[in-house]
Amino acid sequence: MKNENLYQYILGIADNSLILGQRLGELCGHGPSLETDIACTNISLDLLGQVRNYYQYAVKIANDGRTEDNIAMLRKEREYLNVLLVEQPNTDFGYTIARQFLFDVYHFMFLNELQKSNDLTLSAIATKSIKEVSYHQRFSSDWIKRLGDGTEESKKRIQTAIDELWTYTDELFHLTEVDKLMISDGIGVDVTKLKESYYNKVNDILEEATLQVPESKYFQKGGKKGIHTEHMGYILADLQYMQRTYPNMAW
Amino acid sequence: MTATEQHIDEILIPILEQVTDPEIPVLSIMDMGVVRSAKVENGVARVEITPTYSGCPAMDVIGDDIKKALNEAGYDSEIELILAPAWTTDWITPRGRKALEAYGIATPLDPEADKEVLLQGKRMVKCPLCGSTNTKMVSQFGSTACKAQFQCEDCQEPFDYFKCLK
Repeated sequence: MKNENLYQYILGIADNSLILGQRLGELCGHGPSLETDIACTNISLDLLGQVRNYYQYAVKIANDGRTEDNIAMLRKEREYLNVLLVEQPNTDFGYTIARQFLFDVYHFMFLNELQKSNDLTLSAIATKSIKEVSYHQRFSSDWIKRLGDGTEESKKRIQTAIDELWTYTDELFHLTEVDKLMISDGIGVDVTKLKESYYNKVNDILEEATLQVPESKYFQKGGKKGIHTEHMGYILADLQYMQRTYPNMAW
Repeated sequence: MTATEQHIDEILIPILEQVTDPEIPVLSIMDMGVVRSAKVENGVARVEITPTYSGCPAMDVIGDDIKKALNEAGYDSEIELILAPAWTTDWITPRGRKALEAYGIATPLDPEADKEVLLQGKRMVKCPLCGSTNTKMVSQFGSTACKAQFQCEDCQEPFDYFKCLK
């Protein structure tokens, strides 16, 4: 492939939204209340719509007959490049919201920069997506405050979720070799430059929610290189089931 | 108009006005502002449409419906989905807004209108049934990607609010 690096770069961005969208989709019909159920699945729909835009572009770059469905459904675990944060399970509503919040704040800042990419397609997708993500961020930030400043039980649970998921936040700001090449081409986003404003923003909202900012300095990584947590296999088993069982099936 | 300018052949307008959003059947795709250009070249109608939301499942149906309407009018057609410039609720026409209200969907105000409601600020979203602005937001996310759920505190009716997207 002529543009292997750009192709890999697009997948890296899109896979975060695919896996998070899949996780949120698991809540369809299982949310804690009707409104939150609909909200989580609406966010999932936005993310999957964005994923399609990215994968359709990746398919054009590859130009070798593969389709967006192949990319979404038929890769092996090690070929998915999403960060570990988005594959963490919906343990309880606190985890769902904490995961969403920690990702949304990053996602918004990332898209804001991607809009400036000199790749016009990526810039257009970012400009489209950021409008949707601003709603996601508002939703998850509001729930962080509501749960943090809510009952003793809600506070305990959201604090536990934030503490547990904190270990996956640092990876958001790691650069891969592909990232470095894309940054030097003026296409990619230098995520290391987002780190400080990310933690400032997250910390502000946690404090407003009367929650403790975790102090842990130990962080997990690997997703960007295809090394995932044990949860990933289960997600893919769900996601890929139909295509693996009935190859090439279509709507 | 600047970057949002549309280039639409006049002969195609009446055909495209027949095509409606499958989720909001009172709203034609022209009034929704999703048609960005439409012209006939060598007997083929080329139509560019832009999605309201990235994941809007209605877009595939709209594409098929445009093809069908043009085909009935005697045109072969090519539909292309474009992303830039990104759709905004400002592109809904005044006629479209009236149709939404008559259908029971409150029309988009400025981006802060629903946030204000959430934060117990100024109430601006008007109940499409009784006209009261004494309304509250039930959820930022509604029955489709483009809507939020509201309830009127006066007549008690729940209703959809078409979210502002700029």
